[in-house]
Amino acid sequence: MAEIKTIPDFSLTPRIDQVGIEERASRFTKRSIKNETKIKGLKLALNMIDLTTLEGKDTDGKVKQLCYKACHLHDAYPGLPSVAAVCVYPSMVAVAKKALGDSGIKVASVATAFPSGQSTRDVKLRDTKFAINQGADEIDMVISRGKFHQGEYNFVFDEIAAIKEACGEARLKVILETGELGSYDKVRRASDIAMYAGADFIKTSTGKISPAATMPVTLVMLEAIRDFYYKTGKKIAMKPAGGISKAKLALHYLVMLNEVLGEEWMNNEWFRFGASSLANDILMQLMKQKTGVYQSADYFALD
Amino acid sequence: MATTKRLEVLKTYKIYIGGQFPRTESGRTYIACSPKGEQLANVCLSSRKDFRDAVGSARGAFGAWSGRSAFNRGQILYRIAEMLEGRKAQFVDELIKQGSSKAIAENEVNLSIDRLIYYSGWCDKYQQVFSSVNPVASSHFNFSVLEPMGVIAAIAPQENSLIGLVSIMAPVIAGGNTCVILASQNKALCGVTFAEVLNSSDLPGGVVNILTGKVSELLPYFADHMDVNATCFCESDKSMQQSIKEKAALNLKRVVIYEFQKWMNEETQSPYFINDFQEVKTTWHPIENIGGGKAGY
Repeated sequence: MAEIKTIPDFSLTPRIDQVGIEERASRFTKRSIKNETKIKGLKLALNMIDLTTLEGKDTDGKVKQLCYKACHLHDAYPGLPSVAAVCVYPSMVAVAKKALGDSGIKVASVATAFPSGQSTRDVKLRDTKFAINQGADEIDMVISRGKFHQGEYNFVFDEIAAIKEACGEARLKVILETGELGSYDKVRRASDIAMYAGADFIKTSTGKISPAATMPVTLVMLEAIRDFYYKTGKKIAMKPAGGISKAKLALHYLVMLNEVLGEEWMNNEWFRFGASSLANDILMQLMKQKTGVYQSADYFALD
Repeated sequence: MATTKRLEVLKTYKIYIGGQFPRTESGRTYIACSPKGEQLANVCLSSRKDFRDAVGSARGAFGAWSGRSAFNRGQILYRIAEMLEGRKAQFVDELIKQGSSKAIAENEVNLSIDRLIYYSGWCDKYQQVFSSVNPVASSHFNFSVLEPMGVIAAIAPQENSLIGLVSIMAPVIAGGNTCVILASQNKALCGVTFAEVLNSSDLPGGVVNILTGKVSELLPYFADHMDVNATCFCESDKSMQQSIKEKAALNLKRVVIYEFQKWMNEETQSPYFINDFQEVKTTWHPIENIGGGKAGY
């Protein structure tokens, strides 16, 4: 893997053309996708999902049910791929790990005082290490948006680097919470900071703030990943999260991914969807393609 | 200044989904003609995707609508009647354009208003009429109550474009269901204008969705959509009836067929039309003996 030799001045990251980005993003929604490709795309999207439950009311039972769903998406449709991972709070990692067993589905855990990130470095590191010790394969951290807005980019950078170190072998997803950043310029800057600081993934949102993932914001981040790859030779993965609940929208994201980063990124090592209700909508679309009949949520497992 | 003849502003007849008036996603239209062959309007030729969207809206609206008090549903049906009363002239005009005589058109609109009031009154009464406490031989309090079925897909009568639509819709929503209705194919104007009445009468969006288009094209989807709980059909075409029944079997939909109904007659309004779109829930509640004797019910 290429070494990163110099850290750029983040106040000089490229400015984003808002109108251009939004128009470009809307183009991706107008591609014609034929049936066979659609089915392949839907299965791929299914395989990229981080099935997520991040609620105060989560119980062991809820997490076990979600894990069961992850392993048995829809048994009436043989040959379906599984989801990529199950995403939970640190206190639920052990339960999820046990429930998933040797299914090959990863356990991702949010950490670092998710979702606000308003805590001390020490607490965040211990939160992360706890999740790792419980068996998490991936860590989803949040950046300190307050510090970022104050212009303390070094603080944000150091924090990500420290968490990355605490992660050890686990892959680190860095949540920018784009809904709180306010402009595409800042999204681009935060993406650059996260990637140079050691992120394996950059992720749009916690899902707790609206707007969550949108296509333009994801496009800005994908372009940041592309530029970073050209500069350093290092691949970074992308995870839009929150607000993607329809199969059709997921296909639009895949079109965008393919046209910006290309086929190398078209798998769940390099791209994920953070979602809960998306899985059922994809399953319903797949069953529609298979049976020719519009489906009802009554016949699919709860998510 | 020279007087110029004013150009009349023609209405765009759009479909009604989820409380909004979109055009069909397919972008297609057909021309609604009078019996004499005059062109009356361009009407949306709805596609299966419009139907799918409408079912989605109806499903989304079902929980809140069925959860409203029966009394409140009655108030809203009454409000629809009030709104229709206020726009009587427009409906009479459209019915005449579609081939009715003035007297018949006026009668049809008046009957439609009265029928809405009729079902408005039944909203908080049919439950008492059709529910029962059942005698059983064990120590149980056993009772049956009605519950709305869910989403109803109905193909409205072709002949009486206003009263037919009202006669199908009113009992369905009075009973707490939500619905997607395909308006009369050749007499589509009233269906769309009626949607405007619905939209201004406190009826939550999505409870009633009205499409315009071809019966033969949309019929299979009305019958086989897995998220539809009952399909209603009002024509006597046997092959269409057969096709609906076969497709409906897929998720055991109820099929309700109204043949040879004279929708202008009084007999075509009754609480049994509400009952047609209800499920019966029977509860066995364990009790000790009643009144010191054996199980009393």
